[in-house]
Amino acid sequence: MTSVSKSFVELNNVTMRYSEGDELALDTTNMKINKGEFVAVVGPSGCGKSSLLKLVSGLMPPTDGIVLVDNKEVSGPLKIVGMAFQNPTLLPWRTTLDNVLLPMEIVKPHRNRLRKHRAEYEDRARKLLASVGLEGHEDKFPWELSGGMQQRASLCRSLIHEPDLLMLDEPFGALDAFTREELWDILQNLWMVRPFTVILVTHDLREASYLADTIYVMSKRPGKIIVARENPLPRPRDQEVTFTQPFTDLVHELRSHIRDVRAA
Amino acid sequence: MNKKLNLRKASPWLSAISLFVLWELIVRIFNIPPYVLPTPSESVIVGWQFHEAIWMHATHTLYTTLVGFAIAVVFGVVLGALVGSSRTIYDAANPLLVGFNSVPKVALVPVLVMWFGIGTVPAIITAFMISFFPIVVNVATGLATLEPELRDVLRSLGATRKDILIKVGFPRAMPYFFASLKVAITLAFVGSVISETVASNVGVGYLMLSASSKFNMPLVFAGLLVIAVMGIAMYEIFNVIERRSTKWANRANPTN
Ligand SMILES: Nc1ncnc2c1ncn2[C@@H]1O[C@H](COP(=O)(O)OP(=O)(O)OP(=O)(O)O)[C@@H](O)[C@H]1O
Ligand SMILES: [Mg+2]
Repeated sequence: MTSVSKSFVELNNVTMRYSEGDELALDTTNMKINKGEFVAVVGPSGCGKSSLLKLVSGLMPPTDGIVLVDNKEVSGPLKIVGMAFQNPTLLPWRTTLDNVLLPMEIVKPHRNRLRKHRAEYEDRARKLLASVGLEGHEDKFPWELSGGMQQRASLCRSLIHEPDLLMLDEPFGALDAFTREELWDILQNLWMVRPFTVILVTHDLREASYLADTIYVMSKRPGKIIVARENPLPRPRDQEVTFTQPFTDLVHELRSHIRDVRAA
Repeated sequence: MNKKLNLRKASPWLSAISLFVLWELIVRIFNIPPYVLPTPSESVIVGWQFHEAIWMHATHTLYTTLVGFAIAVVFGVVLGALVGSSRTIYDAANPLLVGFNSVPKVALVPVLVMWFGIGTVPAIITAFMISFFPIVVNVATGLATLEPELRDVLRSLGATRKDILIKVGFPRAMPYFFASLKVAITLAFVGSVISETVASNVGVGYLMLSASSKFNMPLVFAGLLVIAVMGIAMYEIFNVIERRSTKWANRANPTN
């Protein structure tokens, strides 16, 4: 594909099924995401949200249509995407610091520089950990951390190599409300310091409204985008904003969309 | 608290001593003749009388066991790594492995004797054959249990299969590997004693066979005790190694 467009991630009439004969996991889907845009995807369970992330990151090929990232057709794993899931998946034999440094042992050119410039990289990881409130926990093992702390570390691991594209699949889904909202702010701060393109999958409509620039609502399986809602709220957003009328209106509007797709 | 801990520490000794006391009592009460079942005290006394011979035979058994076990570790790790890291190799090797594991190894000893003569070599090979299987299975299992989400994280960073194997596969397989060593070392003992019993002129197995042909039952049981003690010692050594080397696996509770 040579047609140059200004969007960073683009899906053109993408459909996807896991194996032949299966029902579609994703139906004719079109998306245009700008560089540095924060996108949230909401929809009923099983509608293909995680599948969408796999498509964009190149972990799964589309059955039909084209996925473009940075104007290049995606034909295999993108090699530089940051990812975090509901399950923090930290490696139990590594300290928090070493877990965060894992991408540096894999991503080029860092993997070739890491040994010589270890101190520099450790410094970077420590700074990142401090920015999510994990200062002083660098040498602890994941099983010595609380669930929220593990999720912070997992977030650091997904960002340490400064990816242009971050995929988040319900990263805060397993956390209590206070920790979750604290992490919204942390994520927003990180993103405002260095705007990367984010696709956040979530079940939480308040989370989507708090964090995203654009919110996509998907229909139930076979998933299809039925609404793309611009978020009018100014940045930076803080907890106060969640009590304002525009915020609650937005959440209500999204909720009614979800109710409609579930009823359909 | 402290009392409980002491009791836990003492319990294996208490159970062993109770077993021997019970055994001693039963033999004495029912007046069982020593050529059927000797008392433990008798076995220990006879064992002491023959301690030089027993020592010689036992060290030989230990030697064949350890050599066979060492080969099994190397072979088991290599094969387990291959089987665990490739679906194709797994499919190809699995029926062969299961089939081979189902063959009673004692049936192969005569074949080995035909090839290598009686003595040390068949014992080593039998110890090896009987003990590599759990190592292969455990290493392969450890390598193959990779959370799909973690795999996605790594692949989207551009990790090759080799990267994933080195960064996640092998460390994760370590507890499985060490757990299999405990089992494998005891099996290796079984293997070399079986082979010595069938075809050797040295080793604890041979000692017991020749003692029983002379109706020296106390010596046979002394041999059995020696094997049991060596087995327990080996098991404990690898148990300690396991606990030391993979502390994270005992503390953490991985969800997979
Ligand atoms: N590996 C797979 N093989 C076959 N089918 C799959 C696979 N993964 C998901 N599916 C199917 O594809 C559909 C979309 O799955 P996906 O995981 O993308 O849903 P989701 O929107 O992320 O759901 P949830 O909100 O529950 O996480 C589901 O109906 C599921 O049954
Ligand atoms: Mg999902």
